[in-house]
Amino acid sequence: MPINILMPALSPTMEKGNLARWLKKEGDKVKSGDVLAEIETDKATMEVEAIDEGVLAKIVVPDGTADVPVNALIGVIASEGEDVGAAAAGAGSSPAPAASAAPKPQEAPAAQAPSAAPAAAPAAAPAAASPGARLFASPLARRLAKDSRVDLARIKGSGPHGRIVERDVKAAIAGGGATAAAPTAAAAPAPAAASAPQGMSDATIRKFFEPGSFEEIPHDSMRKTIARRLVEAKQTIPHFYLTVDCELDALLSLREQINNAAPKDKDGKPAYKVSVNDFVIKALAMSLQRVPDANVTWTEGAMLKHKHSDVGVAVSIPGGLITPVIRKAETKGLSQISNEMKDYAARARARKLKPDEYQGGSSAVSNLGMFGIKNFQAVINPPHATILAVGAGEQRVIVRKGAPEVATVMSVTLSTDHRAVDGALGAELISAFKVLIENPMGMLV
Amino acid sequence: MTTYDVLIIGSGPGGYVTAIRSAQLGLKTAIVEREHLGGICLNWGCIPTKALLRSAEIYHYAQHAQDYGLKIEGKVTFDPAAVVKRSRGVSQQLNGGVAFLLKKNKVDVIWGEATIDKPGQVTVKKPSKPAVQPQNPVPKGTLGEGVYEAKNIIIATGARPRVLPGIEPDGKLIWTYFEAMVPPQFPKSLIVMGSGAIGIEFASFYRTMGCEVTVVEVLPQVLPVEDAEIAALARKRFEKAGIKIMTSTKVVKVEKKADSVVCTLEDDKGAKSQLEADRLISAVGVVGNVENIGLEKLGVKMDRGCIVTDGVGKTNVPGVYAIGDVAGPPMLAHKAEHEGVICVEGIKGLHPHPMDKAMIPGCTYCHPQIASVGLTEAKAKEQGLAVKVGRFNFVGNGKAIALGEPDGMVKTIFDAKSGKLLGAHMVGAEVTELIQGYVVAMNLETTEEELIHAVFPHPTLSEMMHESVLDAYGRVIHS
Ligand SMILES: Cc1cc2nc3c(=O)[nH]c(=O)nc-3n(C[C@H](O)[C@H](O)[C@H](O)COP(=O)(O)OP(=O)(O)OC[C@H]3O[C@@H](n4cnc5c(N)ncnc54)[C@H](O)[C@@H]3O)c2cc1C
Repeated sequence: MPINILMPALSPTMEKGNLARWLKKEGDKVKSGDVLAEIETDKATMEVEAIDEGVLAKIVVPDGTADVPVNALIGVIASEGEDVGAAAAGAGSSPAPAASAAPKPQEAPAAQAPSAAPAAAPAAAPAAASPGARLFASPLARRLAKDSRVDLARIKGSGPHGRIVERDVKAAIAGGGATAAAPTAAAAPAPAAASAPQGMSDATIRKFFEPGSFEEIPHDSMRKTIARRLVEAKQTIPHFYLTVDCELDALLSLREQINNAAPKDKDGKPAYKVSVNDFVIKALAMSLQRVPDANVTWTEGAMLKHKHSDVGVAVSIPGGLITPVIRKAETKGLSQISNEMKDYAARARARKLKPDEYQGGSSAVSNLGMFGIKNFQAVINPPHATILAVGAGEQRVIVRKGAPEVATVMSVTLSTDHRAVDGALGAELISAFKVLIENPMGMLV
Repeated sequence: MTTYDVLIIGSGPGGYVTAIRSAQLGLKTAIVEREHLGGICLNWGCIPTKALLRSAEIYHYAQHAQDYGLKIEGKVTFDPAAVVKRSRGVSQQLNGGVAFLLKKNKVDVIWGEATIDKPGQVTVKKPSKPAVQPQNPVPKGTLGEGVYEAKNIIIATGARPRVLPGIEPDGKLIWTYFEAMVPPQFPKSLIVMGSGAIGIEFASFYRTMGCEVTVVEVLPQVLPVEDAEIAALARKRFEKAGIKIMTSTKVVKVEKKADSVVCTLEDDKGAKSQLEADRLISAVGVVGNVENIGLEKLGVKMDRGCIVTDGVGKTNVPGVYAIGDVAGPPMLAHKAEHEGVICVEGIKGLHPHPMDKAMIPGCTYCHPQIASVGLTEAKAKEQGLAVKVGRFNFVGNGKAIALGEPDGMVKTIFDAKSGKLLGAHMVGAEVTELIQGYVVAMNLETTEEELIHAVFPHPTLSEMMHESVLDAYGRVIHS
């Protein structure tokens, strides 16, 4: 029996994803654990691993196909000893991926594609073979394509009955038109409209600007997701904002002590270097424990009251931002939080975070202090109930016991979902946070 | 007056096949022929020579009957007139077959010599030269002299023997293939000038029929277009059969005596020698029939005696096409046919692919036979390709041994990088019937993998085709 490779659901809410590229070619041997393909989801690139052994008999959905519904047939593995050609041919007998998307729809309710999803995955290169159609190519063409990492599905065959022959592959190599690394996601129809507000049409907006006076950059899937989710947040979440100033001097000197005490390896590299932001994460996590009624998520049916403090941290990356979540942050030491954050940030920049690393959480931290921002209000990232916007720590003149004094002060603003957290409760949470920041030893015990 | 969609000048394999394909495509078609339906191929080329060679082959086996445990009481002899008569009979039968096929496909046959007046118009007159004899009767129901109109004119006038100055064939002592094919009796001794396919086939035929044969070739290799290794093997066999071969040597002068010729030969170092023989066959190639068809007036572009065409038969003059020998090498019947089909499909608007001349096989039907397709090893290396070469000798093949044909070789050349089959070259029994396997493989763009994967029937000579591929990849079994 050939083994069908279906578009994986990388998270319970995932409906469709982009097939970024295949890492195996047709005819390649695969064993369990091998990375078969990369799937681009809302915010990350995910690897699809083989769970079976055999030969990748057929790539049904080619590189760079956007909006592939979850559970759509994307490829076929011929198991050990099985005829690769027959396995591939069997896969090809389904006319289009839409038909084979959910092989047993009644048994796989999660797989239903929303009605807004395109009926069939759009073919990146319209002239070339549509996904799911059997690919006819000469053995030599296949070999050349394989050796040059050219995607046959993007090549229009000029041989008998449209068969792809040597000259077609050579032309593609020469023209660079079909190399596997060039997905044309931009050509995919933009699905963003699904939940976007009825604003001005693109055409209307364009009319404000002289043609040629701007460059047009197609949205990638991260940009589309940010747009969709923040519009959704601002439209559905009644935000209100609470600002406090926190004195940082005690925290800064404790931070210095902690970092100075960090053990060093033989190259002199310290085991950790805790940042102010790590304290902020830890403080927020502890505050949520101290004010458990604020550690919640709003649903229409009920309030979800969380046991742990899963704190998202907004990380700016080229082309957008992503919010990896420090799980059970209240249980973690500062050095652990610090190291986790470094790992998250690095992998976020490489767009290598897994969905379970950036989804969920009950609150978040967004810090623009490093840019000298004094104070701002962040947009809540559902399903969170709050988000803490952190400004720069700076020396300010304060009044203490009736006299002016210089202190290092950081303003923070808590954005709050009024459906879940009322004003007083919000105030309680941010006060608890202020106490911890100003008395940081409390975070060490 | 009817205007034809397609009018073809010349009814050789190029012309008549094109006419039939044209008719199949629903085009109103006419073909003009001045001499012999079926052209050189059926009447003076491929077919009658193969008939002669068959007589020689059977004679050869009869002489070696005892090798197979057979006994022929008395001496096996031959009757030259009967051998020639059989050959003519074969040609006549096929010539009639062409007439039938043209009629069946409702192609108008116009008898006479055609000249193109201008694109779209052809005048047919009485032939300016007498027909080569014997000539079959003019088929019934043909149209005659006159002016004909056609939207598309395809020139398929073929080729004729090349003549070297000072060694002009006279039809008596100095022969071309025309005379060599219908000798009144077989000469006792013969010099063949040129060792291409035509020369070698005649050399092989006459040698088998007991004639003293010397082949004189100006190039250092017999069968100059073939792979050097194969040609060297063939040469050994020719010499073993008693053919004298002088390479890097040219005939510089021919002195005619009453019933013999004395040739002055000169080798590449300038050393001269003399050689006398009953007859000399001039087989130094063919030249296109480009004269007296109005090409100069039309301004049709030519190169080295042939009409210049693009890959689908178009000349530089709109509405005028050329195919077959007259359109340049390789001058082979199957090339002519295929070129014609592509041309008329292009006229019909079917967008055929231009012919890939790299995949045209070539066969020589001497003993032993030679067959090849694609690049020779030298040519492949010249192109800077890294190659994998496979060889398999007939002696390792069961069927070859059973046939009593243990001499020969199948050689395959692959592109080391991609596994593309670049060339295949064979010498030995029946290889002309085997080469098509590699031709199909090449056209399907198989790599070594598919050839290795294919199952070849046992016991056949074709197993050597498999083994040769295996050898190229270090997996040969029977050697
Ligand atoms: C001895 C010999 C052996 C050969 N053996 C082989 C072989 O084994 N395999 C192989 O593939 N090839 C072989 N060939 C080559 C093969 O015969 C030619 O390649 C083939 O005949 C070319 O076909 P064609 O249609 O282009 O021209 P041709 O066959 O030459 O036909 C041209 C025709 O046009 C006619 N014609 C010319 N001018 C006019 C005009 N103005 N008006 C009307 N009619 C005209 C001629 O009378 C002739 O009938 C051999 C050739 C020779 C001589």
